Amino acid sequence: MREVAVVSAGMTPFGELWRHSLRDLFVEASLEALRNARADSVDAVYVGNMSGGQFVGQEHLAPLLVDQLGFRGVAATRVESACASGGAALRAAFLDVASGMSDVVLAAGVEKMNDGADVTGVLASAADQEAEVYHGVTFPGLYAMIARAHMEQHGTTLEDLAAVSVKNHRHGALNPKAQFRQEVTLEQVMNSSLVADPLRLLHCSPVSDGAAAVLLCPLSRAKEFTDRPVRIRASGLATSSMALAERRDPAFLDAVRLSASRAYKMAGLSPSGIDVAEVHDCFSIAEICVIEALCFVEPGRGGQAARTGETALGGRLPVNPSGGLKSKGHPVGATGIAQVIEIFDQLRGAAGERQVADAAIGLTQNMGGSGASSVVHIFERV
Amino acid sequence: MPSPRYWREIPARYRLEAARCGGCGAILYPVRRICPACRGETFSPVKLSRRGKVITSTVIHAAPTEFQMEAPYAMAVVETPEGARLMVQVADCDLEEVVPGTEVTLEFRRIRKEGKGGILCYGHKAVPVR
Ligand SMILES: [Zn+2]
Repeated sequence: MREVAVVSAGMTPFGELWRHSLRDLFVEASLEALRNARADSVDAVYVGNMSGGQFVGQEHLAPLLVDQLGFRGVAATRVESACASGGAALRAAFLDVASGMSDVVLAAGVEKMNDGADVTGVLASAADQEAEVYHGVTFPGLYAMIARAHMEQHGTTLEDLAAVSVKNHRHGALNPKAQFRQEVTLEQVMNSSLVADPLRLLHCSPVSDGAAAVLLCPLSRAKEFTDRPVRIRASGLATSSMALAERRDPAFLDAVRLSASRAYKMAGLSPSGIDVAEVHDCFSIAEICVIEALCFVEPGRGGQAARTGETALGGRLPVNPSGGLKSKGHPVGATGIAQVIEIFDQLRGAAGERQVADAAIGLTQNMGGSGASSVVHIFERV
Repeated sequence: MPSPRYWREIPARYRLEAARCGGCGAILYPVRRICPACRGETFSPVKLSRRGKVITSTVIHAAPTEFQMEAPYAMAVVETPEGARLMVQVADCDLEEVVPGTEVTLEFRRIRKEGKGGILCYGHKAVPVR
């Protein structure tokens, strides 16, 4: 396998972007990535998108979007793994370059959620339709059940959950691309309206529009495009049971553990080697379970990490310096690529007020459904 | 939900038909072709008991369109004595009382009305034991 580098990035702001269509968003982010690298052609494009079909009635996105980008004819594929579609698209692009099949590859994620679709219904299609959705459960409902199991087993508190949102909003307030650039207090989170007990509105990531894109090439050619490339050291993907009920321990995200183990092994690193991480905090409880599954903290101790400041900027291991899905926004197909962009900026020392000092190794973790798929990537400053 | 899709699920939803894996003894509900634990393909039929205990739960306040009239309502993952786990609504309860460990019975109820065709869709809901 060849060494692969990320050489440039482009990203729209995340939010309710009424003026912009799905194709506008894709072109804006992709063009920025191409221009930053002064690249005027690519060998392949991978588009991460969860549900263009349900959100805007548009399937077959890959040819549509590369045509919009002026690349008619280029090999293009849409990659879908629910909310992990972006991370899965990056992995496909990485494998394409690593294998020697393609040299210059664009990995872009996009989602247009605010165009009138029944968002709760569309997101629920990432759960098991027959065993779960039929009975009336929602996505926040599934994570609420994970939260209650975690509280029951490990003594995690409502304050622990709220502290994750407070931390991520504090980070996101520093991010010009974030959907919600304001801090929230513990009281505001704990008094926000109930969505699915114990999860409240301010435990949940928002409904967002947005796109994000990165350009990949062999590390040996990276200097043609940038003087500060970032190397992709590892890629791990794993799956678990679709239905939450089939997991012996509902509070343990086994796909996250497995995807992380694969990535750590490929990188030859242990969790203590990670300087900064972007993880999938679609709900506050998700960040708690994910940092346990990534072995950043002891099992059952994820709840304390945000409250004690361990995972805040300035802490032992900053998690979600971008503001995470909670504050930055969560256009589902774009999220996995946006996570990569934050790590790309962090490892290049370009994260501004959010910069983690001397960050050399970064990790991204992107998750689909209630944890049925998970993608982990590890990046290194060159 | 088109009617054939609904009709196919009747053995599991109406009669709680499950299967025990001949290879490893795992209970499969709903039934499937290959055991997820051992990849075995031989099974014996099992009918789940209409009772169990709550593994984890929630109360849905922001409900899907078809369930909005019922919100707030409790939902739970319930484990039957055979070891099968089901995602179910919890009915006839005080929402606060549905917590991990709560003993429930599983009762045959109407679950939803299919949007366009208006088909009444049935299945099981949990009811706390008093
Ligand atoms: Zn078996």
